[in-house]
Amino acid sequence: MDIFLVWVDIFRNWLTAGIGVPALAAEIFIKIILVLIVIVFVCCNLIVLVWLERKFSAFYAMRRGPNRLGPAGFFQFPVDIVKMLAKEDIIPKAADLPVFKTASICAFITAILAWAVIPLGKGLVLEDLNIGIFYFIAIGSTGTIAFIMAGFGSNNKYSLLGGMRTAAQMISYEIPMAFSLLGVVMLTGSLNLSDINDAQRNVWFVFPQILAFLCYFISSIAETNRAPLDLSEGEQELVAGYFLEYSGIRYSLFMVAEYAHLVAVSAIASIMFLGGWNPLFGLTFIPGFVWMMLKIYFMIFLFMWMRWTFPRVRIENLMHFGWKVLIPVSLLNIFLTSIGLYVFQAITG
Amino acid sequence: MTMAVMFYIIAFVTLGSALMMVISKNIFHSALLMLISFIGVAAVYILLHADFLAAVQVLVYAGAITVFIVFGIMFTMKGEPRKTNPFSQNAIPAAVLILLFIVINAVTVIKTVWPFSNIAPPETTAKAIGDLMLTKYVVGFEVTAVLLLTAMVGAIVIVKGVKKSS
Repeated sequence: MDIFLVWVDIFRNWLTAGIGVPALAAEIFIKIILVLIVIVFVCCNLIVLVWLERKFSAFYAMRRGPNRLGPAGFFQFPVDIVKMLAKEDIIPKAADLPVFKTASICAFITAILAWAVIPLGKGLVLEDLNIGIFYFIAIGSTGTIAFIMAGFGSNNKYSLLGGMRTAAQMISYEIPMAFSLLGVVMLTGSLNLSDINDAQRNVWFVFPQILAFLCYFISSIAETNRAPLDLSEGEQELVAGYFLEYSGIRYSLFMVAEYAHLVAVSAIASIMFLGGWNPLFGLTFIPGFVWMMLKIYFMIFLFMWMRWTFPRVRIENLMHFGWKVLIPVSLLNIFLTSIGLYVFQAITG
Repeated sequence: MTMAVMFYIIAFVTLGSALMMVISKNIFHSALLMLISFIGVAAVYILLHADFLAAVQVLVYAGAITVFIVFGIMFTMKGEPRKTNPFSQNAIPAAVLILLFIVINAVTVIKTVWPFSNIAPPETTAKAIGDLMLTKYVVGFEVTAVLLLTAMVGAIVIVKGVKKSS
């Protein structure tokens, strides 16, 4: 039993027995608090991630990075947030107002919604859906619309181009992403993320599904719009892409969404391929939650390493790679997995 | 009681956004309102304990079809965006048709005897749907797959043909 779940139980008992709140109201109240905790958790990750990103980019470019405020410049980002919040909210006169205003909120909501099914340890999940991984893919596919809304609502050529590129890129890379996750689902026979995690007690799925892991890794870089596949915001061609006209709090919502999506994609990678909260080398005295966070941050390290090592690819190369390499390879992985499953069943009888 | 309240809220949002979609003068707004309507339908599926179907609805309609429609709008839109979805001139024939449609629907809904079931909804729906699709309804499933493949090949042929002639 996890310490967090014990706290939730104590709190629920205190609510119902201690001050006599009806059971349904207590349940709703606890759910709201848990949702807020998840949002705060994602935002806390954001602070660490932005600091890490700056430090990594400095390391790969042989610079020092932020080093003035706090230990190793850690308090640079909190100060940046204050600056963001105090900025004027500039809205272009020709913008499509309702679309422009809701776009950043939509981006934030779709990024947070994915967290409803992602478990961070045994039972540490808002809603352990039976179709967890399918829900994640479905919510991920709606994320595209927020970027299109931003690009279109700004009424700016560069924003529009950025939005269209995002749509093309995200739709193309969703397919290999879903196909690569299908291999793992075939091995476990379940769409539930906790079940998939439990199935990896003996062997992590990264070993039998190495092809799927590579496909998932590349397509999730494209899904999160990070370099080397960040065509939607290519500074040289598009100034900043779809969020060019945004400033202040609306811009920071896009940034929160981007990093929340990054952490979500890393969490899914660690649950599906890296064994989730199963301990490494049988070190069970370390709690599962810590293992999960270590694996998530390992995946984030890989993403950042890619981002600051490789140059941006051209748009047609990106689309060709998605449709002509990743989709056939992920289909081949499904084919090999199904043959492997039948051979395994024939051997073990 | 809670279910009924939730149902009426969802129905209001779904039908309201569908109506707004028809009324809106800006075709881009219409596409976005259609997205809200699709998500409302997914919410109705969730009320009916069909979680897998709801996820499919979000994935296919909200995630793919709306994006493609918006994509098409972006490529073809010109001029002032507020006048891209004008009203039709044929108001009277349309009104007659809609009235007929409503009457036929209402008569069928009232005349049909709706069977009630006291069986609890199944816990997992994905497995049952998968089993049925690949055993009892395998022919329909395969025909759909072939149809989609044909559409895809057709699209590629059209694009390639334009390239050759130019």
